Amino acid sequence: MSSILEVHDLGKKYGDFTAVKRISFDIKEGEIFSLLGPNGAGKTTTISMLSTLYTPTSGDAIIDGHSITKNPMAVKQVIGIVPQEIALYEDLTARENLIFWGEMYGLSGKPLSNRVDEVLEQIGLTDKAKNRVKTYSGGMKRRVNIGVGLLHKPRLLFMDEPTVGIDPQSRRAILDTVQDLNKHGMTVLYTTHYMEEAEELSDRVGIIDHGELIAIGTQKELTQQVGETETLILHLGDNDDSESLAKSLTGLKDVLQANANDHDVSVVAHEAEAVLASVVTKANERNIRIRSIDIREPNLEAVFLHLTGRALRD
Amino acid sequence: MKKLFLIGIKDLKLIFRDRAALIFMLLAPFLLTVGMGFVTGRFSGNQNGLSNIPVIIVNLDNQQLGNALADVFSSKDLADLVEPSASSNPEAARRLVDEDNAAAAIIIPQGFTRSIIPAQGTQFDQNYVSPEVVKIEVYANPTRPTSAGVIKAIVDEFVSRLEESRTTGITSIMEMIQSGLLSSQNAESEARQLFQNTDQTQSTAITLKANNEGAAAVNFDILAYMAPGMAMLFLMYTVSYGGRSILAERSQGTMPRLLVSPTSATQVLGGKVLGIFFTGIAQVGILIFATSVFFGVKWGDTLGVAILIAAVVFGAAGWGMLITAISRTPAQVANVGTAIMLIFGILGGSFINLDQMPPFVQLVSKITPNAWGLDGFTTLALGGTLSNLVQPITALLIMGAVLFGVAVILFSRNGIMQQ
Repeated sequence: MSSILEVHDLGKKYGDFTAVKRISFDIKEGEIFSLLGPNGAGKTTTISMLSTLYTPTSGDAIIDGHSITKNPMAVKQVIGIVPQEIALYEDLTARENLIFWGEMYGLSGKPLSNRVDEVLEQIGLTDKAKNRVKTYSGGMKRRVNIGVGLLHKPRLLFMDEPTVGIDPQSRRAILDTVQDLNKHGMTVLYTTHYMEEAEELSDRVGIIDHGELIAIGTQKELTQQVGETETLILHLGDNDDSESLAKSLTGLKDVLQANANDHDVSVVAHEAEAVLASVVTKANERNIRIRSIDIREPNLEAVFLHLTGRALRD
Repeated sequence: MKKLFLIGIKDLKLIFRDRAALIFMLLAPFLLTVGMGFVTGRFSGNQNGLSNIPVIIVNLDNQQLGNALADVFSSKDLADLVEPSASSNPEAARRLVDEDNAAAAIIIPQGFTRSIIPAQGTQFDQNYVSPEVVKIEVYANPTRPTSAGVIKAIVDEFVSRLEESRTTGITSIMEMIQSGLLSSQNAESEARQLFQNTDQTQSTAITLKANNEGAAAVNFDILAYMAPGMAMLFLMYTVSYGGRSILAERSQGTMPRLLVSPTSATQVLGGKVLGIFFTGIAQVGILIFATSVFFGVKWGDTLGVAILIAAVVFGAAGWGMLITAISRTPAQVANVGTAIMLIFGILGGSFINLDQMPPFVQLVSKITPNAWGLDGFTTLALGGTLSNLVQPITALLIMGAVLFGVAVILFSRNGIMQQ
């Protein structure tokens, strides 16, 4: 498979602050590539440079043979964007929004009208097309937001955290849409801080943190980096001090790592069962009630934890 | 160009779906115009809202042109508007005005006619120098600014046409002498003949048209001043609303989306400006239509009105873009825009006739599109045509062009189109 996107030493600095530190990666045609990282990692800045909205301070990227720094107009013709925020005119109907954005991509007349009908069908909003966007639910707005990105049949679709702040049902619909698009040949660069989404959707994942691409590969390749480990997830009560429990577990025998995350504590060990008893004992000593325990195979969360020492979610 | 137009139309559609904006753009100026009409008595049966304005005519000239001006005020067309009385004593006339017994006194000095129409025996040769025109005095009552303004407008119209005729006449005579069509001996009789052929209104540039046309041209409707005043006051709201939408689109994400589409920043900005322009024209056009239909306001020459609207909107839009260029957030644009709207409304004559303002204020008012626009609309309402609007239209176009230029420089320096 040929590469539709090649990124070479791409970087962005704002004065002394480096938002993206000379990252390099490529995306093969037809694959879903996820950029996984916590908030503030540099995902949106990376997408903004690749979409030509920001000018890089270093490096370049080639999209379908066009340079983002030397030939941005040609790049804009072949990429589609689904931004993180809902970028629609709320006082226009869904149909009016799609028509306007289609016209901005050079579509017009009957071909535009037909394409708008297709996209409305694809996002499941044909019946609501004549209603103003401000009357829509959050999930419906997100679907129109995606629809706009698809109008001109881009070669490469950038989706910047498209499921933030929506209900599980709408999120499910969006993930299904992404998979459906990919089945029909769409190449997708998908950014997220949800490990589950990256695991479900991606052919390959790039893990980004503090502007740096710290790992890249298939999920199997990435999880092999953390070796043969298992993760215990301890779900605590709302009033329990997860931080102090995590600190106390760090020094236990056979415990490789322990981190607090909201009301959960994740404990990494070679064998989960070997540390289970001592973990529960330590919790009892501190009068902390463990509501439930999950044991997980190595996943991207564990990879991130292994590479950065921090949990993926804030 | 097509994308500019599409973005402009999209903005026009959006603003007409914004209820709050429509209230400020259309309903508020309309209602304020109605209110002003009631206050001035415009709706109380008298078409003009002003009637029987007492004016004292002191005709010390007693020659052709002085008599013509006095006849204007006694004409049938102005019978309901003015109530003239004659006096032979300028001091007495001024005293009557000071005592609030008249809105104004018009003092036509001795020699007025002679300063325009040469005396018998005048030699029109290459050494001829036309005498300085003796000035008519309009002594206005400061406590009746509107009525005095009407009297002054009538006199201004008369004098303006007279000056036009005089200049054209002298030029024609000199050209005829230089080209040998006329000898300097015959020039004087020919000039007198030309000035006295007042019936031949079609045939000569020197004809005095002031007797009837000066009167007919002045059928002054107070709403013809108030309505454009209110329209222009709220036009400043519209242009700052349009500017605000540039920053609002930046924060709501549609601006970045426009910029990552195959649309240049110039096209996006140009389209936004076109949207402001379309909206301003629609706003003023609707107000003109509504006041014409509902109140019978005569705005004047249609072509002149159309072109003046475009020029006023262009000048105002320049201010809207400048306000946007110096602001960081939509709220800042709104606040600054509202302040500018009110200041320009006061300075520009939307509330108080500029003629009543001190000279310094009249000078400063030239920076406002309101002042130039009101000047133009008043000229049209008093019977002027497009040819009388050269000065205000030119001023408005220069204003808009300069302000747009400055705004574009500030936009690119501040990266206002980027996040």
